[in-house]
Amino acid sequence: MSLSPKQIESIAHLARLELKAEEIPVYAESLSRIFGLVGELDRAQTAHVEPMAHPLEDQVQRLRADEPTSINQRDLYQRNASQVEDGLYLVPKVIE
Amino acid sequence: MAEKTLAELAAGLKARQYSSVELTQAYLARIEQAQPALNALITVTAESALAAAAVADQRLAAGTAGPLTGVPIIHKDIFCTAGVRTTCASNMLSSFISPYDATVVTRLKDAGTVMLGKANMDEFAMGSSNETSFFGPVHNPWDAKVVPGGSSGGSAAAVAARLAPLATATDTGGSIRQPAALCGVTGIKPTYGRVSRYGMIAYASSLDQAGVITVSAEDAAMTLQAMAGFDPRDSTSADVPVPDYVAELATPLKGMRIGILKEFFGEGLAPEVEGLVREALATWQRLGATVKEISLPNLPLSVPTYYVVAPAECSSNLARFDGVRFGHRCENPKDLMDLYKRSRAEGFGPEVKRRIMTGTYVLSAGYYDAYYLKAQRVRALINEDFRRAFGEVDLLLSPTTPTVAFGLGEKTSDPITMYLNDIYTIGANLAGLPALSIPCGFARGLPVGVQLIGPHFAEGRLLAAAHGYQRETDWHLRAPAAWSQDFNPGTKAGAK
Repeated sequence: MSLSPKQIESIAHLARLELKAEEIPVYAESLSRIFGLVGELDRAQTAHVEPMAHPLEDQVQRLRADEPTSINQRDLYQRNASQVEDGLYLVPKVIE
Repeated sequence: MAEKTLAELAAGLKARQYSSVELTQAYLARIEQAQPALNALITVTAESALAAAAVADQRLAAGTAGPLTGVPIIHKDIFCTAGVRTTCASNMLSSFISPYDATVVTRLKDAGTVMLGKANMDEFAMGSSNETSFFGPVHNPWDAKVVPGGSSGGSAAAVAARLAPLATATDTGGSIRQPAALCGVTGIKPTYGRVSRYGMIAYASSLDQAGVITVSAEDAAMTLQAMAGFDPRDSTSADVPVPDYVAELATPLKGMRIGILKEFFGEGLAPEVEGLVREALATWQRLGATVKEISLPNLPLSVPTYYVVAPAECSSNLARFDGVRFGHRCENPKDLMDLYKRSRAEGFGPEVKRRIMTGTYVLSAGYYDAYYLKAQRVRALINEDFRRAFGEVDLLLSPTTPTVAFGLGEKTSDPITMYLNDIYTIGANLAGLPALSIPCGFARGLPVGVQLIGPHFAEGRLLAAAHGYQRETDWHLRAPAAWSQDFNPGTKAGAK
């Protein structure tokens, strides 16, 4: 299977990654090779097989009681943000 | 001293032969000496290490110490450490100071271990050679021109060079076992859900598991004892009691049924590796194990299955890095889309981008069934193969890697060649099984590892088998000549 430069651009957009023009053929080539490898899966007979999402079959994702378990540490958490003001995260304007 | 195992060092601390401060100083000096040559650590936390060691010494003096109190440790830089830079070896997190500790870090801190620093790794744990790190490659202590394996390459190299008696690590497709094999140390990946992943930066959530790299299986048992157990803060954490792994080491191996993984002794396996793995098998037979060849027909599809499932989960997990709340942010974004796209383009390296894009594609409309669901169905077949095998045998045995460590730069140009390096390790992740790698000899002067895989929650059985082998052999005690000099904690002449 082979991916075109146009497909790579579209995937990069979905993945929110800006690619330089010279990177596009490089990813087209390597992703095509990866999907060549993935194509081996067609050999497996899976018509009546249930997909397996999780290795521990008997286990379910637990839900905890709807009670507050942690204290507000906004200031601590916001120390890792590059732009905050009055406790708010700043991003470029999104409303005209 | 550098030759000592964690168990021996812990005993020495108990007997007050040296203090934790002396031990910590000696290891910090070794790290300083080794860092230019090996690049095994991203961050060294000397000051807080000495403070923690002083506290450990008080506990040792007061008689309130546990089995690991005062023992120096290195954490893979994928584990969040409060107040300490946690980078995941990525530019994206190169200035991220974690506001909290991972549960693994908390538990090992509560057990009294002393953190020396954070280990280098492949970026976001995506790699098999430690060459994708933003902070540069790690060099193998056995030969600086070859890779240490990955993604826990820093952890494995650090233990091999005796920069710490143990290092935490994580394993999504072989990232503990493969570097342990290539560096000649012991590495265990526990059952999926056995160790909490709270505060462990996510790569592929249905596969990721935390474990440890040590010199011996006994050391791994002591560490896993402190790490394992239910954590309400990880929704995939298994609520299953933790057995006494150290007590289980004494389990006799007579009558243990070992299955040889037929599919992993064929094409692509280097003859010198096969020879050493078969010698290891003979040792277990002498110890009373019975051996039988077992075929898992779907196992050869592990690699293509993994390279759908893991990138899919990676593309979803890494969507959180948006340049807003934490992580790298580009300069002067012109709008929100530009902020996302450039922050991510600048923050992630090429292999991480490749996996995000692969995952985005397999999850996109029109391709989901053909790739993602198909891979999940094959995963079920592989899982069923293992389940059937464990009806016949207690453990499965294979080489850990097809060859010894390869040269730096040798496989970076072709992702497929790199991916195939994990061919023997990925199966255990897909089925969520515990597995370990221990050293079983040397080929071309480089270490070779043998892998044991067990049924869910059979860590104790795996460690007992490994311990039995290590009582008969000394491969695990061999350290690379350049890094095996003795050092004497507490003396000025120490830490040559």
